[in-house]
Amino acid sequence: MSEEQTVTAPEPKAPDQPNIVRTRGVKKIYRMGTFDLEALKGVDMEIKRGEYISIMGPSGSGKSTLFNMIGALDKPSEGKVYIDEVDVAQLDAYELAWLRCRKIGYIFQTFNLIPVMTALENVTLPMIFAGIPTDESIDKGVGLLERVGLGGRVQHKPLELSGGQQQRVAVARALANDPAIVLADEPTGNLDRKTGREIIELLRELNEENEVTIISATHDLKMLDVSDRILWVQDGKIERDQKREELDLDVGQLEHDEENTIE
Amino acid sequence: MSTQVATVGTIEKQISLPLTEAIKIAFRSLKIRFWRSLITIGGIFFGIAFLMSILTSTAINGALLEGGSAQVRALLEQKGTDAEAGVQQIWLVTLSLLVCAVGITNAMLMSVTERYREIGTMKCLGALDKFIVELFLLESAFQGLVGSLGGVILGCLFMLLSSMSSYGTEPISVFPLYSVLEYGAYSLGAGLFLSVIGAMYPAYRAAKMPPADAMRTEV
Ligand SMILES: Nc1ncnc2c1ncn2[C@@H]1O[C@H](COP(=O)(O)OP(=O)(O)OP(=O)(O)O)[C@@H](O)[C@H]1O
Ligand SMILES: [Mg+2]
Repeated sequence: MSEEQTVTAPEPKAPDQPNIVRTRGVKKIYRMGTFDLEALKGVDMEIKRGEYISIMGPSGSGKSTLFNMIGALDKPSEGKVYIDEVDVAQLDAYELAWLRCRKIGYIFQTFNLIPVMTALENVTLPMIFAGIPTDESIDKGVGLLERVGLGGRVQHKPLELSGGQQQRVAVARALANDPAIVLADEPTGNLDRKTGREIIELLRELNEENEVTIISATHDLKMLDVSDRILWVQDGKIERDQKREELDLDVGQLEHDEENTIE
Repeated sequence: MSTQVATVGTIEKQISLPLTEAIKIAFRSLKIRFWRSLITIGGIFFGIAFLMSILTSTAINGALLEGGSAQVRALLEQKGTDAEAGVQQIWLVTLSLLVCAVGITNAMLMSVTERYREIGTMKCLGALDKFIVELFLLESAFQGLVGSLGGVILGCLFMLLSSMSSYGTEPISVFPLYSVLEYGAYSLGAGLFLSVIGAMYPAYRAAKMPPADAMRTEV
């Protein structure tokens, strides 16, 4: 794996940035007929503007649930989520839509492109919601698709694209309205190693060039290389909050392990 | 690519979906499900054709009784054809319209259920609940419009021809254009109304879901 080690460690971010995401005592309880499943058991965390955060943890530990809470895609059963120090629970439907449209860009493991729309239309849809004139949104959409390396595929439908290409479209779409935060739930989960690495590299560039805050739930140990901080989730709680610098020793071991596991 | 960074702090409200864009999206969704749309349109088409047939035949018979030749009037009275739609006919029409409405609701429920993920995704991209409702209602209204228009034309033509086969050219010379147009407008309105009502519940249900739930739903 070392010869494809193109991803290099980013500079540590200034610690005096404001919190862009903050959670306090976030719990999520799913009612499952007769018993309650506590998927999140009180999560407190702060994420600074411009950070690249990985949320790591075993399957079923609550990463996606946490992703949905941070992204205002679901309501916590208890506790508060603050985006830019605004309590998300206080927002009305319009403000919530605005938040999802302008402030956060989402990337999913399953890409979630709209199948009836071309790559370009997928990218311009959030701009239509944001009220950007058509000409402008098309220009910008083409620019974004070029930026993610799909300049020649703007008129393709999702089904005519490979998984990696679809995820690139999803990245371009997530960036459509210059979000302050890009939230990704296992963005490399359905991609092979090389393509996954390219997507990670792309996210890192965005993080560095545009100062976008990246928050990514992942199993992918390649993500560790580029993250400023890793939140280890275990059984619905944040078990460890680790800066990259504190990580180097562990990573060697983890990557060694990964090489030995057959995927 | 713009290197502008979103500004800190404020959360605003302005979110839009221009009607032309909504129509484009709705139309494309119909096109991609062409055969299914065609079946839904067919249900509306036959329901409205039935309604229009009964209304047209009532109108033509009325006109013949008033302005037709003695011969035709005698024929009509002998048959006992009433100028007013009978109770039985009203019942049949009501039933056919109910079948229409249930068919549309069913078709819309299916089309909503298979698109939960898409709906969830749209909400992630900033769609308001009412955009989702709007998109589904537009789809349904378009199907209703096409189906009803076809039904009105078929119902009217068929009844005119059937009347002509009994009474020769007289139905044309007394053709009650004004009331047939009026009935046509009613039928068209009924078809559109049923389509929108039938789609309302499924669309509303889909739009209300939190995006996380909508995207989890696998069909
Ligand atoms: N909508 C739901 N209804 C009921 N239980 C749920 C729901 N969503 C998640 N869970 C449960 O909550 C727990 C955490 O799930 P979550 O999807 O957050 O895990 P994850 O860390 O993302 O796992 P993976 O790595 O496999 O994606 C699991 O036990 C899961 O079964
Ligand atoms: Mg998950």
